[in-house]
Order: sequence, then structure tokens, then C-alpha cells
Amino acid sequence: MSNALHLHYEVPSDDFTRAGEASGSVKKRLKSLGYNTDAIRRVAIAMYEAEINMVIHADGGFCDVDIYPDRVEVLLSDKGPGIPDVEKAMQEGYSTAPDNVRSLGFGAGMGLPNIKKYTDEMRIETTIGVGTNLYLTVNVK
Amino acid sequence: MTVKELAERLKLTILTEGDLDREVIDCYIGDLLSWVMGRAPEDSAWLTVMGNINSIAVATLADVSCIVLVEHAALDEEARQKAELHDVTILQTDDNSFELAIKINELI
Repeated sequence: MSNALHLHYEVPSDDFTRAGEASGSVKKRLKSLGYNTDAIRRVAIAMYEAEINMVIHADGGFCDVDIYPDRVEVLLSDKGPGIPDVEKAMQEGYSTAPDNVRSLGFGAGMGLPNIKKYTDEMRIETTIGVGTNLYLTVNVK
Repeated sequence: MTVKELAERLKLTILTEGDLDREVIDCYIGDLLSWVMGRAPEDSAWLTVMGNINSIAVATLADVSCIVLVEHAALDEEARQKAELHDVTILQTDDNSFELAIKINELI
């Protein structure tokens, strides 16, 4: 759609120090556009969780954000290993993150469940050995 | 109560200065970042032992008023730099979360 504001970010691989840049930047942008704080918070949290997932599991990737007056659509795309069992990955507490990630306060198995919780629509396309596309929509009420 | 008043009244060490005039209206305790990110209320004092760089991102996203590192938990240097860059206030105390939360409850 022509009235969307489009933003693009690269998500670095294996770099926790830069994870959160995309979500932080989108948050700032939505704030300056006057979106309501609840919607901003939901977009930012969902994006940050997804960014962290890409850093932990998938050697980074990219993130496309389309901001519409009534919703925010996000695509997070990586060329990682894919998710073997999406249903399991959606369960709270299920995690395949390594120990070094857990010591940083992640790997609690909350990532995808949190993303689902904070978005209005969530769709995962994943192929083993090829990568994962995660589509998110947050409606702005 | 502002972050500055909270720090003064409870003798918290200020490690990084964000907006010290920001109000603190709530308190949240947690170390699992995904959990905290989804649940910490805005404008709360977030009590944790996680002083790494990801805590700064979580504090920013959850929009808490300040981070309080309890039990003298350490702050990483790169986390300090990121906090300064993003104006996140980080305080530190020898108290554990329970002890500090009781004191905060008496003030807010």
C-alpha cells in the first residue's frame, strides 16, 4: 500500500550488543508519529524477542516494517536452520538456546509465546536448512 | 516520588544517570529478560541482578523508570555505555530484592 511508511533493518549475527536496535528505532519512530503507547510497546517487545531469536538461532537476518495508520506489519526473515517443531517452539518454557544465552537472561522459552501474546496476527513460514520468515501484525486501536 | 528522591531516600548508588526527575509509581522484580519485558509496568523501578547489555534494551522497551541492581550485582562496561547512550538510569544497592521492594513500597 502506498500510504505505508517502510523501514528496513539488518539484524546482525551473534551480536547481542546490537540486538534491539531495530525494535528501539521503530519504537522511537512510532512515538514521534503519535501512536498509542500500548501499541508501541507491543510492537517493540515482539520485535525485540524476534531479533534476539535471530541472533541466538539464525546468524541474523533482516527486518522489514510497514507502518500504516491502523496497524504495524513486520517481517523478520533469516537464513537460519529453520524451526523443526513449531508447535513445540510455541510452548512457554520450551527452549533450545545454549547455556551462554541463558546466563544473559534469555533462553527461558518465552520468545515466540511472548511474540504471539503481543501481536494480533502471527504467522511462521519455516523450512529446515533454508530459513524462517516471521510475519507479525499489531493493530493500533 | 522521582528516581532521584528514591535514590537519596534509600541510599542507592547512581551508576548511570538518565532522567532522574522521572516518576517511579511501581516496582517490579525479575531476572528473566523475556519475562520482565512482557510484564514490568511502565514507570516502575525494576529490581534485578542482570547488569548486562540486554537489560538496557529491556529497560528501554518496557519503559521502566530505572534499573536497580540489587545485592551489589555488577554492571558490565558495555551495558554502562549503552545505558548512558539511551539515558537509562541504573542504581545499585546491597539490599536484596525483597528488602528493597519493602522499602520502595513504603515510599511510593
